[in-house]
Amino acid sequence: MERLIYLVNIVSFLLLVIVILSLRRQRIRPEYSVAWLGACAALFLFSSWPGPTLWLQNLLGLPDRPLALMLIVFAVFMAVFYRFTVRISDLKDSNIALAQRVAILEYHIHSLDEKVKANSR
Amino acid sequence: MKNAVSKLLVIIPAFNEEGAIQTVIREVHAAVPGAPVLVIDDCSIDETKQRAIEAGAQVLPLPHHLGLGGCVQAGYKLAYELGFDYVVRVDGDGQHNPADIPRLLEVLKKNNCQMVIGSRYAEGGGEYSSVPRGLGIRLFRAVLRPILGKAVHDPTSGFVAVNREALKVFSHSFPLEYPEIEALVVLQRKRFRFEEVECIFRDRMAGQSTITPLKSFRYMIYVLLGVLVNILRFEARKRAVS
Repeated sequence: MERLIYLVNIVSFLLLVIVILSLRRQRIRPEYSVAWLGACAALFLFSSWPGPTLWLQNLLGLPDRPLALMLIVFAVFMAVFYRFTVRISDLKDSNIALAQRVAILEYHIHSLDEKVKANSR
Repeated sequence: MKNAVSKLLVIIPAFNEEGAIQTVIREVHAAVPGAPVLVIDDCSIDETKQRAIEAGAQVLPLPHHLGLGGCVQAGYKLAYELGFDYVVRVDGDGQHNPADIPRLLEVLKKNNCQMVIGSRYAEGGGEYSSVPRGLGIRLFRAVLRPILGKAVHDPTSGFVAVNREALKVFSHSFPLEYPEIEALVVLQRKRFRFEEVECIFRDRMAGQSTITPLKSFRYMIYVLLGVLVNILRFEARKRAVS
């Protein structure tokens, strides 16, 4: 089970590097990288430093420290997914409202255009 | 678009309805002469927009595909901004008979309600097009009965007439994915009333329905979830597209 801790340690570090590289290449916006950076850094620390995971293991009566770490991994990524689900929902609503507004403005412009053409004849 | 005699706007949400749209528009013109017709083109990839213009309709072209709820709400928003008092929604596939529009309007004006539904099954009449559809409609009726405080016979009908009060509400808050059933709950939250008028629906004039068994199942799940969300929704925190 200790291998699991090393795996989380390596994966979280790689993920941290990938997010930083994506930021440098401007593939993700800085405000959306905060949740990922925080999650990766937290997982890297928890998998490197046994204190918090041992505390959680004792608190919940878990048989292994890696299980406590996996619980943290799960909780962290659920929080990240939730945050982005809220964000995506907001963006979808904004997107629909914008599309409707664009269509309505285009309609008004077309109507005005028709009036101008009719007056100029 | 609006003038002194025309307080009514007929909206037709359309997505790839080139085969039926002109007939529907002509039937609307015949049923309610002088009423402007607005086709909301949900980014069709066929000739829907051009055919609608040729038939004498105004077109509100959406810049990208929004789905039925977003499409209908765009029409409601424009109608509200232009000051229309009544809006009737007719589907672009020809299933709704525009000859029924005057009856819907008459009930809307006389009965002091905010919405009138053209219903296939009013007073228990009408036949279900398929067994699953019949079961689905019965389920929705059973779910909506205690929420609305009255029976609704055809909760999935898109043939509706609304007055300006409902128009104001719908232009600010309208369900986006599968709007018909959730719209009833939205109205109920405002303590608005609706009535049903018996209508006979026709077969599609052209094209094919995109409804599959899987989509029907998804529809049921989404609608039931949407109804629940609408009941639980806090007014101040609502995710209204406004």
